[in-house]
Formats: sequence, C-alpha cells, structure tokens
Amino acid sequence: MATVAAPAQPISPKGRSELKAQRVRAAMWFLLPMVTALFLVAAWPLLRTIYFSFTDTTLNDLGGGEWIGLQNYLSWRTLSSGRTIFRGVLADPNWWNAVWNTVYFAVVSVSLETVFGVIVALVLNAEFRGRGLVRAAVLIPWAIPTIVSAKMWGWMLNDQFGIINDLLLKLGLISEKIAWTASPDTAMLAIIIVDVWKTTPFVALLVLAALQMVPREIYEAARLDGVNPVKVFFRVTLPLIRPALLVAVIFRTLDALRMFDLVYVLTPNSSATKTMSVIARENLIDFNKFGYGSAQSTLLFLLIAGFVLLYIRLGRLNLGGRGL
Amino acid sequence: MKLVGAISFYALVVVIVVVAVFPFYYAVLTSFETGTAIFQVNYLPVSFDLGNYVAVLTSRNFPISILNSVFIATMTVLFSLFLAVTASYALARVPFRGRSTLLLAILAVSMFPQIAVLAGLFELIRFLGLFNTPWAMIVSYTIFTLPFTVWVLTTFMRGLPVELEEAAIVDGASPWIIITRVFMPLLWPALATTGLLAFIGAWNEFLFALTFTASETTRTVPVAIALLSGASEFEIPWGAIMAASVIVTVPLVLLVLVFQRKIVSGLTAGSVKG
Repeated sequence: MATVAAPAQPISPKGRSELKAQRVRAAMWFLLPMVTALFLVAAWPLLRTIYFSFTDTTLNDLGGGEWIGLQNYLSWRTLSSGRTIFRGVLADPNWWNAVWNTVYFAVVSVSLETVFGVIVALVLNAEFRGRGLVRAAVLIPWAIPTIVSAKMWGWMLNDQFGIINDLLLKLGLISEKIAWTASPDTAMLAIIIVDVWKTTPFVALLVLAALQMVPREIYEAARLDGVNPVKVFFRVTLPLIRPALLVAVIFRTLDALRMFDLVYVLTPNSSATKTMSVIARENLIDFNKFGYGSAQSTLLFLLIAGFVLLYIRLGRLNLGGRGL
Repeated sequence: MKLVGAISFYALVVVIVVVAVFPFYYAVLTSFETGTAIFQVNYLPVSFDLGNYVAVLTSRNFPISILNSVFIATMTVLFSLFLAVTASYALARVPFRGRSTLLLAILAVSMFPQIAVLAGLFELIRFLGLFNTPWAMIVSYTIFTLPFTVWVLTTFMRGLPVELEEAAIVDGASPWIIITRVFMPLLWPALATTGLLAFIGAWNEFLFALTFTASETTRTVPVAIALLSGASEFEIPWGAIMAASVIVTVPLVLLVLVFQRKIVSGLTAGSVKG
C-alpha cells in the first residue's frame, strides 16, 4: 500500500498545447489494443450471453435460436382445469436450490476465512523465531491450484481409505466412517473446509499488510497502561485494519459467489452443493439448454453486480485510495 | 502466566503450520505409494516408490497437458503484459477525459463472474475457429489477467518520478521511446509481480479450459487432473492423481516461496483474487 502515492500529474513543459494534444493522441493509440481486447473478451460476450437468455438457442445450433422473450426466466400457462403452471428459471426449484447453496457457501466460508485470516495475520505479525518459515508455510495452500487441492482433500476425505476418518476414529470423535463428499449432510461442509483451507492465506496476507502499517507505539502504550490485549484488538487494531479487511471480504465474497471448480471436482452431481455457476454450466453445455443456461448466467451476473453496487454504497469503498 | 501465554502461542503456531502444510505433505506421501500400500493410512513415509511418477510422465497425454499449460500460461502473461504496459502508461501519465471512467470499467471487468461471459465467449471462440486450440484459453484468460495487470502497473507508474519523463520529453523522445527506454527498465519489479500472478492465474484456471477443450491432447493440467480416470469407472487412480498433483504444484510452490515478498506486495497493491 506504500506505493499508493497521490497520482502525480505530469506537467507538460512550457504548457504547449500542441505537445499535449500529441500526447493524448499517442495515449489513445496505446489504449486501443487493451480496450479492444477487453471489449472482445468481456463486454461483447456478456452482451451475447444476455441476448441468448431471451432465445431458445441450443448448443448444437448456436445461430438458430428464436427470440422467446422472458420465457427462459418465467412464463405461465393456465390449464383448462384452472391450474396455473409456471415455467422458467425463476420457477425452477433446482435453480433456487443452487441460489441457496451459493449464498450459504459464500456467507459461511467468507465468515470463517475472515476470522481465521485475522488470527493467522495476528500470529504472523508477532515477533518470534521462525516467523519467516511460518509465513512461507501459510502461503502453500494459496499456491496450490484449486483443482489439485480439491483432489488432495478428496483423497483425505475418502470414506474408506481417507486419513481424516482414520484420525477421527482413532481420536474417538466419530464412531463410524463418514462419507464426507458423497453424503448430502456433509458434502457442503467438505466444500467449505477445503475453501477455507485454501483461501484463508489470502485474507491473512491482506490483513497482515494492514497490521504492519499500525504503529508499534500504540501497542506499547496500551501495554504500559495495562489495557487488556483483547480490548486493544477490538478498540484499536480492528478499526485500523477495517479498510483492508473490507477489501478482503469483498474480493472473497465475489469469488465465493461465482465458485465453480471446487464443487465440480470434489462433489460432482451432489445437489447439496451445486452452485449457481455449476448449474448454469450444466444447462449451457451438458443439457443443451443454451438459452436457459444463459438466463441463469445473467441472473448470477445481476446478483454479483448488485452486490458490488451495494458494497460501494454502504462501505463507501474508496476505489481510488487503495490503488486499485 | 507468561509461560502459559508463550506455550499457547507456540501451540497455535504449530496448529497453523500443520493445517497449512499437512494436505500437501500427505499428497507427496501418497504419491510414493503404489499397489495395496496406498490403501493403508500412513502418517509417516513408509515407502518410496516412483511408480506413480513414471506412470504419469510416460502416459500418452499428461506430458502434453503440461506443455499445453506452459504454453498457454506463458502466452497469456506476454499478451497481457504487452497490452497492459502501453495502456497503463496512458492511464498513469496522460490526463484525458474519461480516464477515471475507463479505470472503473476495467475494475468492473475484474469482478465479472466467469460464467456470465461463458456463453458469449463460447460462441466467439467457435466463430473464430479457436475451439479446442490453446488460443481459446490464451484469448479468454485476458479477461482476468488484464484488469489487475493494468491496475497494478498504473499504480506503479504513477509512483515513478515525473522528472524522468520530462527530461525525456525535453530531449524530444516520443511516448513510445519513453515507455520502452525510460520506463521499462524501472518497471521490472512490477512486471515480475504481475507476470507471476498472471501466470499462476492462467496455470490454475479451470472453467474456461474445461469448456473450450474437447480432446485429451488439448487439455490443460487442471482439466487433465480433474478428469484423470482409472481402468474402470469405479477405480480412481489416487496414486497417479497425487503424483500428477505434486508434479504441477511443486514448481508453483517453489515460485511462490522464492518470490514471496513480490507476490505479497502485488496482492496487496492489486487485491487480486487467490
């Protein structure tokens, strides 16, 4: 964060406007490739996804979709018996199950990651022998690709030969082996365990960077005054690291809401863990319901966009100030 | 009292280290076990059998997947660094109308859920004839590497002294010369950090790689590991999976440990997703 100096405006020498115009022209050319690239891979595909969500496009025939209005989202028909049948994503129990799974996963895992991340950061901020080694060790989960961690934990959580069941049995904490990833009762727990393990380092590093900006004298003064360390943490440290913590929570939440790979690999086909991204891809690619899957993708996009706007409003997130 | 405090502090440190390191340790341990040894739970290394590594590295497709991943990640890094260096010079140094709007738009892109662009990208990739080629990934990965690369480099360039550039302008240097001759030598630390993070991001990506490849020879490493299967549907080759996992993770762990400080500073400056 130290590099986030106030942006220095270059002063054009002698204020010659021709030179200035030339610089702006050059700047436009420099920006063109980047803007084109982002338009091509971000803006255009997003618009196409939204367009597809109003059509009955199938995967086999991407160009052959007909405009069907909001039918992918919601449509209803009243039968002659007087009963009304609702169809579309918004009336799809599988979709609402995925929404619930995603939100539940995001709330629980981000909360745990925040708490553990702060604890780990506080430990790393203390001075003790071997701190560098501990910091290196903490970075390891972050360095491991998500797919690899999913497989590693899938093996450790294996019902028959997994070390977790073995350990818990030996310690007498469970009486029989648990099918962690297969059982609907524990599948989500397994996902949350792996995600917390993998991403706590990220939160810890961001918080640690903020902690290191807190002047040591504050702790000294509090210690001399005999203030309870717990009180110091909640009254002094926490308010000071709040901005960094907020950034970490936002980024983690955004990531959690779009989570895909962990579920796809660790608990495939378990309706207890299917997230919005998983179910949307399933419809897009596996079930040949391209338009329907696009509608789900669009809804997830709207949810995340809404979340970002809410945060910018509520947290009065200073985007310029933190250099990002 | 003080002793109790110290002991519980170190106990906490031990717990943190064990939890962080154990899964990887256990993967390494498993990767050296073959046959029935794999189905006995061991806490300490008992066998040192390279069979799984030999099997994985001599398999028909896994080495190809490694090459695919190396190629894709390298090209993604070069591509996004090239686009970002020129763009961030303009964003950091040249005042023009709409600059902050553009920066916000770039930030917004980094918040896109990948699934939201999947359908549109799929169509685009098919249209461009890139489906099932490495270029499908190289093109699509810019969506998450470019925004943070631009942000970090813009921040970094703003911090460079203005005098340098003014001296160059007085000497009649064009903006292109300023970027390549004056700024590039100073930019190396930032380039290394962002390049490394972009490499890790491209190396680990799964959703696009899974969707935009169709044959075993075009898979990247994460897809290959995720879809690695045994002789029969019910026989999961855990030993081979662990060996493959260790092979692709060790270089990454080493990179991260060697460049620890750079990565931490890059993460805090760019707040990149993990």
